[in-house]
Amino acid sequence: MTSKQIERRFEIFKTFVAVALALGLALIVISFVSESPVEAISAFITGPFQRATRISNIIEVMTPLMFTGTAICIMYQANQFSMIGEGAFLIGANLATWFAVTHENWAGLPLITVCFIVAIVAGVAVAVVPAVLKVKFRANEVVSSIMMNYVILKISDYIFYYILRDVASGQQASFPIPKQGKLLKMFGLRMHVGVIIGLIVCVAAYVFIYRTKWGYQIRMTGANMNFAKYSGISVMGIALSTQLIGGGIAGLGGAVEILGRYDRFLWFGTQPGFGFDGVLVGVLAKNNPLLVPVAAFLLAYMRTGADVMNRVSDVPVEFVDVVQGLIILFVAAEMFMAKYRHKLIVNNAKKQLEAKEAAE
Amino acid sequence: MEFLSSLFELIFTPAFAASVLRITTPILFAALGGIMARRCGILNLALEGTMLTAALFAVIGSALTKRAVLGGVSAALADPALVSKANFAGIIAGFIVGTVAGILMALFLAYMAVGLKADAYLAGLAINTMTTGGTVFILYMVAGDKGISSSLDSGSMPFIDLPIIKDIPILGEIFSGQNIMTYFSWICVAIVYFILFKTATGLRIRAVGETPSAAESVGVNVKKVQYIAMALSGLFCGFGGVSLSMSYVQFFSRGMTAGKGFIGMSAMNLGNASPVGTAVAAFLFGFFDAMANVMQSMSIPVQFVQAIPYVATLVGLVVFAIQSDNKVKKLKAKQAK
Amino acid sequence: MPEEILLMDKITKVYPNGFVANKDVTFSINKGEIHALMGENGAGKSTLMKILFGIEPFEEGRIVLKGKEVRFNGPLDAIANGVGMVHQHFMLVPSLTVAENVVLGMEPKKGGMFDFEEAVRITEEACNKYNLKVDARAKVEDLPVGNKQKVEIVKALVRGAEILILDEPTAVLTPQETAELFVELKHLKEQGHTIVFISHKLHEIKALCDRITILRLGKSVGKANVADVTEQDISRMMVGRDVVLKVDKTPAKPEETVLKVRDLKIIADTGKPIVNDISFSVRKGEILGMAGVEGNGQSQISEAITGLLGYQHGTISVNGVDLKGKSIRQIRELGVSHVSEDRNTYGAALVASVKDNILSDRYYKKEYNSGIMMNDKVINEMTDNLIKEFLIKCDDRDDQVKMLSGGNVQKVVVAREFSNKPALVIANQPTRGIDVGATEFIRKRLVELRDEGTAVLLISADLNELLELSDSLIVMNEGRIAAYLEDASVITDMILGEYMLGVRTQTPEEIARVAYD
Repeated sequence: MTSKQIERRFEIFKTFVAVALALGLALIVISFVSESPVEAISAFITGPFQRATRISNIIEVMTPLMFTGTAICIMYQANQFSMIGEGAFLIGANLATWFAVTHENWAGLPLITVCFIVAIVAGVAVAVVPAVLKVKFRANEVVSSIMMNYVILKISDYIFYYILRDVASGQQASFPIPKQGKLLKMFGLRMHVGVIIGLIVCVAAYVFIYRTKWGYQIRMTGANMNFAKYSGISVMGIALSTQLIGGGIAGLGGAVEILGRYDRFLWFGTQPGFGFDGVLVGVLAKNNPLLVPVAAFLLAYMRTGADVMNRVSDVPVEFVDVVQGLIILFVAAEMFMAKYRHKLIVNNAKKQLEAKEAAE
Repeated sequence: MEFLSSLFELIFTPAFAASVLRITTPILFAALGGIMARRCGILNLALEGTMLTAALFAVIGSALTKRAVLGGVSAALADPALVSKANFAGIIAGFIVGTVAGILMALFLAYMAVGLKADAYLAGLAINTMTTGGTVFILYMVAGDKGISSSLDSGSMPFIDLPIIKDIPILGEIFSGQNIMTYFSWICVAIVYFILFKTATGLRIRAVGETPSAAESVGVNVKKVQYIAMALSGLFCGFGGVSLSMSYVQFFSRGMTAGKGFIGMSAMNLGNASPVGTAVAAFLFGFFDAMANVMQSMSIPVQFVQAIPYVATLVGLVVFAIQSDNKVKKLKAKQAK
Repeated sequence: MPEEILLMDKITKVYPNGFVANKDVTFSINKGEIHALMGENGAGKSTLMKILFGIEPFEEGRIVLKGKEVRFNGPLDAIANGVGMVHQHFMLVPSLTVAENVVLGMEPKKGGMFDFEEAVRITEEACNKYNLKVDARAKVEDLPVGNKQKVEIVKALVRGAEILILDEPTAVLTPQETAELFVELKHLKEQGHTIVFISHKLHEIKALCDRITILRLGKSVGKANVADVTEQDISRMMVGRDVVLKVDKTPAKPEETVLKVRDLKIIADTGKPIVNDISFSVRKGEILGMAGVEGNGQSQISEAITGLLGYQHGTISVNGVDLKGKSIRQIRELGVSHVSEDRNTYGAALVASVKDNILSDRYYKKEYNSGIMMNDKVINEMTDNLIKEFLIKCDDRDDQVKMLSGGNVQKVVVAREFSNKPALVIANQPTRGIDVGATEFIRKRLVELRDEGTAVLLISADLNELLELSDSLIVMNEGRIAAYLEDASVITDMILGEYMLGVRTQTPEEIARVAYD
């Protein structure tokens, strides 16, 4: 085995260990806090697959994560750590709702298409701010994108309160989204075609990153910015464009989520958090869009499992957030299992040496 | 014009000024925590989660201690002396437990970033995610409710009437009668200034944050200094958490930080990590927050008012970059001639 | 009778990768002298000083300090024993004051607080005692470079340094600052301090130092009283040729001018001019060597030509096209190839595959993509051919470059840079730190390129390489061209050394010949 193979296998192995360890810790906690730990745990693990509606729920939950996760992948591939996915998702959902409720008499397909376009444009537009600040003024995109997310939240709130809000509705919510503007449901369940759009986006992003000349530029910029610059790649252009693409994909995700899952827009006051979840998905997928559906599925499965468990036992669903955080920590910690990795490589080298000696 | 005059009517009142001070308190604490982390060179995105954890544990510590002192007797029936003793113990315990929780969270981040060499950015986000759900989880375990800790009888830090000042018209209304945590936050600005600029540890923190290699070359233990600074960062976030759940309100509710940690981080950025500048920025954020509150009764969109501080931070980042660019440009232009 | 304060006796240092940095080096200094340590880059000066300072362990030999054998476990140990070092890159915290920098790590305290006034007092006392004029209350970031260096010296002195090592202290200084530094160093010497002065600049050593030790290729090759030797003697000892790798080469047949550099001036961020009004040309079918001790502007020239670095004055043109305002891509499109001196930073993306590394200057061209999708078949074929042609040792084209040896990484770089029919190759240290086989291979390819009609600018610290490969040579000294030597085959290393070290300089008329106007 070459060192290359060991490294690759180790990375996969490490991710598995991280997930398993986080889940294991969670199960230990459950067995301590729950009065009926066996039921709780089995509800958590097998619950999500017991009914079609639950599987449908997993699919529903994973759909938005595929968009924000892919957005993160593309930005991280170029070493751009923008958090703009959060705000882009929100403003995309918001403006898609706006377009849908103000064009009630449009036919379904054109209405949905334009809603998508509006959301993508909105996502790109908000991503411009941190991207330009980074490229022109070398401002850290982490800080500026988080600031921008708050500005977006306020803009979204404004649009919600002053334009979208249906005072006649019993709850704080927007005017209803017209029926023909909603995404098709699948198999008679709540799951909608958004998941297919999400899968297409993931595959397209994969092809974009690994098979096109633009993706090549992005990967080289991420691998070594100085090298990319020296080779004639416009690294500033890449920094800018990846953040804009990320914003656009997250914006589209917002539209898909709102048109697929909700009758009315009802996010206000706080950030819905899809962008932050996207970070976990991106980190788990190792910035490879093709693995994003897997990572998103895992997260959605845990969420759904926790939901089921919450209903049949006394363990609150929120413990999933803890598991989620632990997974990121384990995967991100460079020194986690570093000794083991070192041992693997050293042992391998020894073995090869012995084999060589034996041959001689 | 009519709008402006009605706005002024709302703003130029002692009650409004007092509300600015109240609203600023947790933001200021978070910002001070942000200063310590930034000064030692660690990006602390977990201010939010740290403060949230501290707020929860302050309530739990306070309520459980109170319950223990009362020994199972309902407060309404117990001996008044015992009740006041229990209240006092509850306050002290809440303050300590909340603060310690804050310190431990910050040290956890430090361990991930410094010890395990995780990306501080990811680790910070991870801690925020963990605490968002983790606090609700623990709240449910302890209080049996997922939204609010009202079933827990927790204490409140005292409100203080300032002698002399309280009798001055207007000033008294503004500055007197605030919670002790508000006054304490101002003292903490001085404490942060003192630590950073008047102690040897502060000198080392600043050196480590700016040029770790220089500090290392003269024998400063960089990691140790970073752990100390992060513990201090957690300490101030802990105070912030206590001020959230044990002063103007006496309960914990899920997500009660509502972005105040990130706002504190923005204030720190706007103030460029100087204690005084950061405090001014924190009050600016508090001012706009308070203004948004009073403007809800008017026909003007409060959202735009609320957005001002964030826009100000973004502008601040740009101005900072332009300034340092001009410095180098001038130097080169001078030599080229 | 001078008293020997430090003896490094028969030091041998072998790095884990097998590189012998010091072989039986003996280095001895007397109390109260200024001792010059000279040698070309890679001669082993830095390693020797790192060993003394406790940063690097050593295999054989012993260090005797004031009659006692010692072995330091790091800089702190060395400082505690009275050895201080001023690094070439300052170890200062810019936003802190001078006094705070001076006492960092040994802060004076009063009542538990940091006593800033005491720190100022300590600093000022040292400044007065050693006649080093720095404002103790000023912020370091506001100081000119010369004063920053003084802060470093004060830092070492207040920590009780009796032996002070200065690593190329004048590299960043203006002539005025250098003169001031020398006065201060002599003053320190009068007060009984011992100074080790590392430098390339002969006139400085003549002006300042008492004795000199010269290293070459990891060995000490000479030790003398500065007064007893001429600059020529020193340069001969320092710049010598070793084993020669012969490259077969016919005389060049230069044609029209390809690269034209006129009145180029480059100013560093610190405000110091690094390249000062130089003009030269490189013609089709010739290799122009650029000699010079490192840090005399060569890197900046190569980066300015290839578009990585901006310049303040002058023009650069390739085949008549002015490069001002052109992007790196546009410059490469003109046929300019660049072998960077720093292959790990610029030349290659270590975490990317061999294939991706080779592709980086051509991926956008029609042959390699269909407008959108990369054409994998063509790319793989091209990569495999280059791997074969350039004898790159790797499992396959998808290997990460970081898995390869240094020589193979460099072969990946040259496979890319030499295979696109370049009109001009800027080769900066093309064989530094790589094995003999790869070196020989790359040198041969450079000559082949020349014969195919490419103009080559070869920048190298390796004199063998320069003299073997170059048709003509220019020598850089302090940001200017010190000499143009038309026929490289008749130059001796001695003469070259004298130009490199500024012992000799040609007249402006002689130098202007390299413009071929």
